[in-house]
Amino acid sequence: MSETGHKPEPDNATGGRKSAGSQPAFSMRGSLLRKNLMTALLLAPATLWLVVFLVLPFIAIAIFSVGERAPEGGYQAALTFAQYANLPARATAFWNTMVLAPVGALACLLVAYPVAYYLALRAPQRWRLILLAMIVIPFWTSLLMRTYAWMYILGGRGIPALLAYVGIEDLRLINTPGAVLLGIVYGYLPLMILPIYVSLERLDRRLLEASADLGATPLSTFLGVTLRLSLPGVMTGFSLVMILLLGEYLIPTLLGGGKVFFIGNALVDLFLQSRNWPFGSAIAITLVLVSVVVLIVANRVSTRLSGARRVDLI
Amino acid sequence: MTAVPDIEFRAVTKRYGAVTAVSGIDLAIPPSAFVALLGPSGCGKTTCLRMIGGFEQPSEGQVLIRGRDMAGTPPYRRPVNMVFQQYALFPHLDVEDNISYGLRQARPRLSSREISQRAGEALSMVQLGGYGRRKIHELSGGQQQRVALARALVNKPAVLLLDEPLAALDKKLRTDMQIELQNLQREIGITFVLVTHDQEEALSMSDFVCVMNGGRVVQLGQPSEIYDEPADLFVADFVGKTNLVSGKVAGLSGDLVDVALADGTMISARKRVPLSRGEAVSVSLRPESLSLSAPGSGSLKGIVRNRIFLGSTAEYAIEVQGIGSLLAKADHVIGQGNLFKPGEPVAIGFAAGAPLAFPHANNNGTNQREDQNAEILS
Repeated sequence: MSETGHKPEPDNATGGRKSAGSQPAFSMRGSLLRKNLMTALLLAPATLWLVVFLVLPFIAIAIFSVGERAPEGGYQAALTFAQYANLPARATAFWNTMVLAPVGALACLLVAYPVAYYLALRAPQRWRLILLAMIVIPFWTSLLMRTYAWMYILGGRGIPALLAYVGIEDLRLINTPGAVLLGIVYGYLPLMILPIYVSLERLDRRLLEASADLGATPLSTFLGVTLRLSLPGVMTGFSLVMILLLGEYLIPTLLGGGKVFFIGNALVDLFLQSRNWPFGSAIAITLVLVSVVVLIVANRVSTRLSGARRVDLI
Repeated sequence: MTAVPDIEFRAVTKRYGAVTAVSGIDLAIPPSAFVALLGPSGCGKTTCLRMIGGFEQPSEGQVLIRGRDMAGTPPYRRPVNMVFQQYALFPHLDVEDNISYGLRQARPRLSSREISQRAGEALSMVQLGGYGRRKIHELSGGQQQRVALARALVNKPAVLLLDEPLAALDKKLRTDMQIELQNLQREIGITFVLVTHDQEEALSMSDFVCVMNGGRVVQLGQPSEIYDEPADLFVADFVGKTNLVSGKVAGLSGDLVDVALADGTMISARKRVPLSRGEAVSVSLRPESLSLSAPGSGSLKGIVRNRIFLGSTAEYAIEVQGIGSLLAKADHVIGQGNLFKPGEPVAIGFAAGAPLAFPHANNNGTNQREDQNAEILS
């Protein structure tokens, strides 16, 4: 009411402007402070959580890794790189992991991409949510349980028994590399499908039409446009799965018969059985460094190839 | 020898489920012309363009490009290229790679030398020489528009399709691009098919305007024909500004009819379709065909409600008792300060032969026009 009443009078207008010059500056500074405080308060729980459960343990592990094993097991203060020098002792575990992680992630990718493609570009709109839910829902059950289920399915009384009915005898599925790969693909598939789905879903369909209009066959449109523009999703999924696989030991143990050792097995062994914390810590630190390198490389590659504005994953 | 039309529609119908987007269109687009498909949204113009491009298949009928039936021919085997709405440039490629995208698809393969040479030519054609290595997101809207043009034209298509290409540009840039597109079309000499809902754009740029409504072609003709001799009430109303006044046919004489307006005034109008005595009609009066003068002469009397002075012309909203509001447009000559002021009474005359009478149909264009008049009045 007062606003409309004041408008025509020049005196009041200047008065209004004067107060507009000083007051808002005041309240702006105030609101800025309030805003900062609000931001700090909102960030506090997450920051606290990260500091207590990620940063501090990481520092502890870093300190352990340059220490020595106490005679009775555990950690004893020291400053030595002997643990790192000793890493080659677990070279086989490292090597196996370095093979398992990318191969597993690749297998996941090969299965996940067509699924994500179908979901994002081909599936009828009203089915999409249902199909996505069907992919995510199994995640509500523990991976351990689901992997046990696979032990039964692949084991002697599972598929091989069924196949025996039709005359295919003595087929060994459990405790083979194939079983491990199958378990990995099964367990990590949603983590690969979702980021690829998101990047394909965001893809501007007119780009596909433009490509066809310019004479590109469906295959070259797929390679030149669809695949290229979904690479950020592919890289996100790939690095996510690969990093998780670097620490994976459950699936190889259950479905691979535990004959092949991975870094995950080594860590469990060193921390829980032989209680050589410093050596375990050195391995853990190395693993983290490898993960970081994987992330950086994946980020660079996807940024370069998709030509998108830089998106930082870390 | 008659020239084969670049684009021909033969009884083309397109249905999406129960909805008919295009119904039974017959259309021949002559070669080397700039043709605009004009109509309100939902009239089927974009569907027509997409059927030429191959992104939609007709439910019935045939689409021919240079005499060849395109049924079953996918977009990537058609000799046409499209400038998409919002351009649809590839974000992961730079300007030059966007432009050479089509050339790289050619089989047998073109040499990389030829590709880069032609891409360079296309770039300079749209005045973007030196921009080859820019990223798409670094370009302004107008520059992106040019890249989209170059990307399509570099393939030397038989026909260039333009889907509302200027809609995303601001007014100044749009006018510049209109002229540039016209020049380009004349230079290259291929057919341009432009889809637009902007009647001014269609009239100013094209050699032929194809007015569409409700999935049908209502009229195909040169811009001046469309404007001066609209085929029906819809075209009269949609293309350009006009006043629609209702009345009844009082007398017939050859091409002319005498129409009694609501207030009893008789005016003489031309008819485009047969009319019978006593039939309810709408008379279209173009604003510039109304002449204003001091009270005393003229056929109608009114009061100026509003004036919009535009420099070379002035537009008046005039309230006429019993008829409603009429829009009049008068040239303004420097020195002759004969502008009427709001509130002033005026007499309105009609240029001979300008009024056009159409059967009074429940056509959907009328309300829209009334809205525009209301806008001017408010």
